[in-house]
Amino acid sequence: MKLEEEIVRRQRERARVTALLLGAFVILLFFITIAKTGINW
Amino acid sequence: MPTLELSNPAALPADWRDFLALTKPRVMSLVVFSGLCGLLVAPVQLPLVLGFTAILCVALGAGACGALNQWYEVEVDAKMRRTAKRPLPAGRMDPQSALHFGVGLAFFSVLLMGLATNWFAALLLAASILFYVLIYTVWLKPRTAQNIVIGGAAGAFPPLIGWVAATGHVGPLPLLLFAIIFLWTPPHFWALSLFVRSDYAAAGIPMLPVIAGVESTRRQIFLYSLPMALAAVAPWPLGLAGTVYGISAAVLSAVFVVLAMRVLANRATEPAGMDAEKHLFAYSVFYLFALFAVLVADRWLA
Repeated sequence: MKLEEEIVRRQRERARVTALLLGAFVILLFFITIAKTGINW
Repeated sequence: MPTLELSNPAALPADWRDFLALTKPRVMSLVVFSGLCGLLVAPVQLPLVLGFTAILCVALGAGACGALNQWYEVEVDAKMRRTAKRPLPAGRMDPQSALHFGVGLAFFSVLLMGLATNWFAALLLAASILFYVLIYTVWLKPRTAQNIVIGGAAGAFPPLIGWVAATGHVGPLPLLLFAIIFLWTPPHFWALSLFVRSDYAAAGIPMLPVIAGVESTRRQIFLYSLPMALAAVAPWPLGLAGTVYGISAAVLSAVFVVLAMRVLANRATEPAGMDAEKHLFAYSVFYLFALFAVLVADRWLA
């Protein structure tokens, strides 16, 4: 594999993992806010 | 660009799996488990999402410690067989990335802990990270054979943090849990360092077997296992845990002490003859998992 292809592959993978983690964090923050404010569903 | 440059992996952006490896996931499992037990035995039950976040923060804090430890010890890790394949000594990641990752993770875990639970738990988490990185990794580990004894305090924080995240204050039971891990750490690590002694010697780390010798280390392992066993059983007579825990802790601790006696009786000086040490090391991991699991079961079944 060429160096450029490997760099792009790794950058894509890292971007995907970062996006997933950020998405999970936003969802977690939402539920933390709900729990801290004591809203009952 | 020529493919030849692939022979220098540090020139590439590090793989995300290497960042994960930097957090020492296997070590993290015991930290997370003991933190979870501290949370579960607390008299106050947090909402599920806040409890989950507290444990997540403990895990992230432990990951930060692992990353900063590997960043600081890259040259030492390169000299030891056991650690030479880690991302930094193997050249799969540049040190700056590891440092940024570790510091970022540390700040993030402390902030999230404070926002989700309380700032006392966040303060304890920050103290445990600073203790592990500055007191243990930077100061004690390369200087004294007692590194593990004092440094063990860093690993003893998680149940205390779990309890404080739930209650907002410290009580006698989490302090005893702290004492159990604190006293468990030396026999656990010294059993390991006996059969990887040559690695530590090659890296110039003054672990007890390297400095004081094999026999002295075996004596110390046995001596530490006695107060550890007492601390493990103590919650029962003190009325902090029930009979199920008391009897289980007594049996588990008795087996630990017997295995420590086998280590004491062993005369082998080469790793090949150190089955007793390997058994004690493996059992010590099971021991802590079992002890804390029984404590939670005892509290929830009562």
